[in-house]
Amino acid sequence: MTLLANILIDGIAYGMVLFIISVGLSVTLGLMRFVNLAHGAFAMTGGYLASWFIRAQDWPFAFGAVGAVVLTGLLGMAIEALVLRRLYRMPELQQVLFTIGLSFLFVASANLLAGPEVQLIPLPPWLKDPIDLGIRTLPAQRLLVVLTGLLVMMISVLIMKYSRFGIWLRATVDNTQAASALGIPVEWVYALTFGAGAALAGLGGILGAELLPLEPYYPIKYLVLVLVVVAVGGMGSVAGSMLAALVLGTIDTASKYLASDWGSLFYFLVMALLLAWRPQGLLSPGRT
Amino acid sequence: MKITHRWLRNAAISTLALMTSVALMAPDRAQAQVKVGIIAPFSGPFAHYGALFKAGAEAYLASQGGKLAGQSVEMIYRDEGGPNPAKARTTAQELVVNDKVDYIGGVVFSPNAFALAPVITESKTPFVIFNAATSDITTKSDYYLRTSYTLWQVTVPMAQHAAKKGLKKVVTAVMDYAPGVDAENAFKSEFTKQGGQVIESIRMPLATNDFAPFAQRIKASGAQAVYVFLPGGPPNLGFVKAYQENGLRQAGIEFLGTAETDEFDLQKFGDSALGLTTAFHYSAAHDSPANKAFAAAVAKQNKDAVTNYATVGAWDGMYLIHKMIEATGGKRDGDKAMAAAKTQKWDSPRGPVAMDPATRHITQNVYLRVVEKGPGNLLVNKEVQSFGQHGDHGLGK
Repeated sequence: MTLLANILIDGIAYGMVLFIISVGLSVTLGLMRFVNLAHGAFAMTGGYLASWFIRAQDWPFAFGAVGAVVLTGLLGMAIEALVLRRLYRMPELQQVLFTIGLSFLFVASANLLAGPEVQLIPLPPWLKDPIDLGIRTLPAQRLLVVLTGLLVMMISVLIMKYSRFGIWLRATVDNTQAASALGIPVEWVYALTFGAGAALAGLGGILGAELLPLEPYYPIKYLVLVLVVVAVGGMGSVAGSMLAALVLGTIDTASKYLASDWGSLFYFLVMALLLAWRPQGLLSPGRT
Repeated sequence: MKITHRWLRNAAISTLALMTSVALMAPDRAQAQVKVGIIAPFSGPFAHYGALFKAGAEAYLASQGGKLAGQSVEMIYRDEGGPNPAKARTTAQELVVNDKVDYIGGVVFSPNAFALAPVITESKTPFVIFNAATSDITTKSDYYLRTSYTLWQVTVPMAQHAAKKGLKKVVTAVMDYAPGVDAENAFKSEFTKQGGQVIESIRMPLATNDFAPFAQRIKASGAQAVYVFLPGGPPNLGFVKAYQENGLRQAGIEFLGTAETDEFDLQKFGDSALGLTTAFHYSAAHDSPANKAFAAAVAKQNKDAVTNYATVGAWDGMYLIHKMIEATGGKRDGDKAMAAAKTQKWDSPRGPVAMDPATRHITQNVYLRVVEKGPGNLLVNKEVQSFGQHGDHGLGK
């Protein structure tokens, strides 16, 4: 019974970390259908900025984190407006090559500017202490990730479904020319959405840093992890990403408790089975 | 016709220029009497090893006034990249054949060190391993020397210490790859021999990000201590964090490690590392004049370099090369050099050390260390006890 509770608690906590680092990709890759393999680079940028604000500039945690998220979003918008915009009409392979190249650029820059070692984001006392759940304790930071994850999912679903911007975005992605003819400022819609995706990536980099430490190779190292979550969840579905992250996180945790000698086998086995069952992802909006 | 003419003239001029430059280069080349090739990672995720090897080796050279045994020395650095035996072998061949090096040093990864055996045996080139820590590498050729450590060398004294302290039940938690399995075997065999019991052996997948489940398993196992082996960097930080966050310390489960609190990662742990115990051969906080001189020499060479097992491995490796140059008078004579190197005994920054003539591996003190706050609020590995001299316990196992 304790074992089951442990698996569920650690599984949900880990799944939420997976969700929070991949939610940005589910926006840029899923919603905008742009093959953004530089997602990890934006996540790392957010983390590095937060680390620099909080550690070197002595900003309070919340302040530094928000500042880093906003800056990463602005950087995403700038890169979108200057370069990535030209790639939308190119074949996927070009997008893959360009964004992978961009990731390597970020890897080398991080190495040059901050050195090869791990960057830490110091936690404030209110996040450091474990919280008693009755049966066992859980680090407060993990609870913050769970709550933030739920909040991010709710907000993004609300924006997509009910706001004017959400309607614009869906129209623009489905048919850019028609949307533009109807007076939707498509360039702004793309830039803002990509900026939001980058900002969410940055948020993931900051909140996920406890489990996925920030280092120069971050953009390449965790790419598979986040691509799996988005692919299994369904392109363009934030709720699907969350479901996928929770399922995969729990599977991975269960295998660590029960069959750690098998390595990451079950994680990828479940991925393969889920994709065989629903090739479009768990909660795909039904488009191809 | 005109074109052919011009072409001929250009060709003549460039040939002449080439000949002159070769002629100009020749005396330069002859000036350095001894050449040392260093193979280390200078690019990619392990590049810090290369930087530390270089800092240690250059610092040693500078401390001797830029010459070893009166001979001027040319250092040639080559990139090892990552674990890639085929590439390491080619690199060593190039060093021996093209650059005509007299000695080879460096190498971080065991598979790469193994791959050099045929090259150094055929060319009779002494090769001083600065890091690669798998026990039986040195048995594969008579031209291997090693100034680092092996997992068995530091783990066996740790297991004896645990048994002596009265610990009866221990869990081992290692990363699931060759060195991890090696460490697990070393601890298990020695601890069982001393009358202890390893009640669970956890092998953690290399791709692990979340160590909480393992921490919970260790807690639930009812063990009094956990012996761990983790590669440096992120896994290290992740495990120690999980150890703290899941209350293993409060539950009284002792942390027994080896290289986990290495100086390169140490400051990143923050307060969560306080009180961790490890058995290892070098601490930057080792209190001796030799270590102070070493730290000062390295800082002069590269102010960002930490002094850790990699830096000290390179420093002592250069000491051996120094002694080999002394014995051969700067001539290339691999066998004479090896005969001299095998019997060296000296005062290293880590304490008294000696080469074991049988294994050509370094015999050294292994220390029990505890992480404490040192001067300037920085974390240090405080040596609290010396287990005395230990050779490599891993051969023949």
